[in-house]
Amino acid sequence: MTPTTLDVPATRRGGRKPSRRVRRLSRRDKLVLALMVGIPTLAHVVFVWVPTVASLLLSFTSWNGIGVNIHWVGLKNYTSLFTNFPAFWPALSHNFIWLGFFLVIPTPFGMFLAYQLNKQIRFTRFYQTAIFLPMVISLAVVGFIWEIIYNPDTGLLNSLFGTNKPGSYIDWLGNPHLNLWAVLIAASWRHAAYIMVLYLAGLKGMDPALAEAASIDGANEWQTFIRVIFPAMKPINIIIAVVTIIESLRAFDLVYVMGGNNGAKPGLELLSLLITNSIVGESPRIGFGSAIAVVLLVISLVVIIPYLVQTFRKERVR
Amino acid sequence: MPHPIAGRNISGGIPALSRRTMLRGLMGAAGLAAAAPVLAACSSSGGGSGSSGGTDTGTVTFGSNGSDAQPKSAYAATMAAFTKANSDKVKINTVDHDTFQNTISTYLQGTPDDVFTWFAGYRMQFFAAQGLAHPIDDVWAKIGANFSDATKALSKGNDGHYYFVPIYNYPWGVFYRKSVFQAKNYEVPTTWDDFMTLAGKMKSDGLVPFSWGYGQGDSWTPLGTFDYLNMRINGYQFHMDLMHGKQSWTDKKVTDVFTHYSQLVPYFQEGAAGRKWQDAAQALISKQTGMFTLGLFVAQQFTNPADLDDLDFFAYPSINPTYGQESVEAPTDGFMISHKAKNVAGATKLMEFLGSAAAEDAYLAIDNANVAINSQADTSKYNTLQKKAVDFISKAKNLSQFGDRDSDPGFVSNVVEPAIAKWLDNPSSTTSTQSTIESQKSQYFQS
Repeated sequence: MTPTTLDVPATRRGGRKPSRRVRRLSRRDKLVLALMVGIPTLAHVVFVWVPTVASLLLSFTSWNGIGVNIHWVGLKNYTSLFTNFPAFWPALSHNFIWLGFFLVIPTPFGMFLAYQLNKQIRFTRFYQTAIFLPMVISLAVVGFIWEIIYNPDTGLLNSLFGTNKPGSYIDWLGNPHLNLWAVLIAASWRHAAYIMVLYLAGLKGMDPALAEAASIDGANEWQTFIRVIFPAMKPINIIIAVVTIIESLRAFDLVYVMGGNNGAKPGLELLSLLITNSIVGESPRIGFGSAIAVVLLVISLVVIIPYLVQTFRKERVR
Repeated sequence: MPHPIAGRNISGGIPALSRRTMLRGLMGAAGLAAAAPVLAACSSSGGGSGSSGGTDTGTVTFGSNGSDAQPKSAYAATMAAFTKANSDKVKINTVDHDTFQNTISTYLQGTPDDVFTWFAGYRMQFFAAQGLAHPIDDVWAKIGANFSDATKALSKGNDGHYYFVPIYNYPWGVFYRKSVFQAKNYEVPTTWDDFMTLAGKMKSDGLVPFSWGYGQGDSWTPLGTFDYLNMRINGYQFHMDLMHGKQSWTDKKVTDVFTHYSQLVPYFQEGAAGRKWQDAAQALISKQTGMFTLGLFVAQQFTNPADLDDLDFFAYPSINPTYGQESVEAPTDGFMISHKAKNVAGATKLMEFLGSAAAEDAYLAIDNANVAINSQADTSKYNTLQKKAVDFISKAKNLSQFGDRDSDPGFVSNVVEPAIAKWLDNPSSTTSTQSTIESQKSQYFQS
């Protein structure tokens, strides 16, 4: 720690002088401060912490949502989740496949697009708009569009390949070994656009002299990108990594549209869908759904905490 | 979420993604499941007024799930007919069809309307048993004569009291085109062997024997075949006990059902796991397929009048002669009074009207994809298919509702439907399918 940061507590402990300085805040200032700190804190506690803790507590109970007939069942929800719920382990692995796929395919592709579009090529505005367009559409609509493409009888793909006749069907969204990948392609279509825009914004803000200097030193384009641009873009890279992780863990809407809203479709199970299926509906199992939500929360924390620790550590160093 | 009404209100396309459903989904995903207790807490404070409201305040509130164009205007017409005959006014609150189902328990615990639309059988009995509905034995004392015993059984709670007034239903059967059967000299099969022979013949004639599709949200469609097979092989009572969680899914009788089911699998249309029932119906219309086991709502897809005239159906063939073809799957929709009704007297009057032939006629004059239940209803304007459906249902000894209506909807949509979808992908996995369902059953049925 630097001496300046040590100063503050020392003087505060010290004498009356500094405390008088604090008193100089008028009543009104205090009120404003209290409101400005209090309202967000209250909102944060009410909308984030209370539900999180309540969800955690509910995950140890059994409750059908009717009346207050909530029973404490201990770890039963968790044991049946891990041992007697065939959709759970596929869902977990699908969430990780989703994450892995996003990190390997659409994210680098989006960066590649951004890099190419940043060069002063002709019609770059047009390409930017065209590639960004899927991002403007809601995920539900993206789902409807790809549903039409994947339709087994009249869909674009099967009509193109001639695989819509008996004996040759490709069941893009039905085949449990195929449907996750089909959905991932649809999701990537949109995700690559998102990454492209984020990265392009970063590239635009970068000093072109860096790349020029590298090329004068004899670096080829790949070397320039890997050695100079990519490291210089570190803040953007972190944002992109976080966005990709969040998008993968919260994946829901697209599968909800393309895979159907009732039950888990074999091959398309996701944690978010299992939570919804358990909690929403006529005979909800709120405790059980909360247990799945807690699992998702733990996974999110495992991913997010290292990021936060790193960010805060940096700030302190500064 | 179970498909509440076995697929008939899918025409809207998007209701599955209604804002509230979505929000709750996202809430759940973010670990905010706890919002629910708050809702429940609000509702419990408003309780206690349940049995009050003895006097008629002149306005009855009506909560409707008929959010599609046809049912919406049909309910409006029905209520207008009631207002005309009585001095009471009706205030209709229409809620998106799927949202209505998904929020039903918070709705009934909050500030429900006096009368609301609901489904007969287990799903009605569930809420009646929770004390969320008002018994209406007095209504049935007046309207009882117009309904069959099978319908009466569907309208009673487990405690023997009436809670439900039906307005329409529709049968499930095996649909086919008359012209196709004529051209190829096919005969309507009444036994399992005939059925299989016919399917084999169709296949050798280059026809796909069965339209088949359970993609996207339609994973409920294979239940229709399951229900019929179970009722034909093991009888109505076993089917009901199985669906109510009282029989074991690992029973040899259930194995039998899957064995018969697997004999059908080679005759199903390919690519079914990604196909919606509407597209499967198109294959029947274009004469690529020969038959389709579905509900009467398949007729909605036959938009060309000539095609519609050509559409016919037959009862699911008999397998075990003890049970023959005595049971018919006929999902029934109707009304209940909520336990917190503010105007019970007015609501009772409305229910009496809804149980009358006049109400059914007013409703079905607009929504013609269903048939009346009331024996006094006017069937003169029905098309051939509807007339046949009425006859078909009235001759049934037992009426089942549908897989997801005769059982706990969560159990069916989260356990049975995924298990059957998986099984259809690999029909040799019967034993593991049965034990998967059985092992999860106790999480839904606590006795």
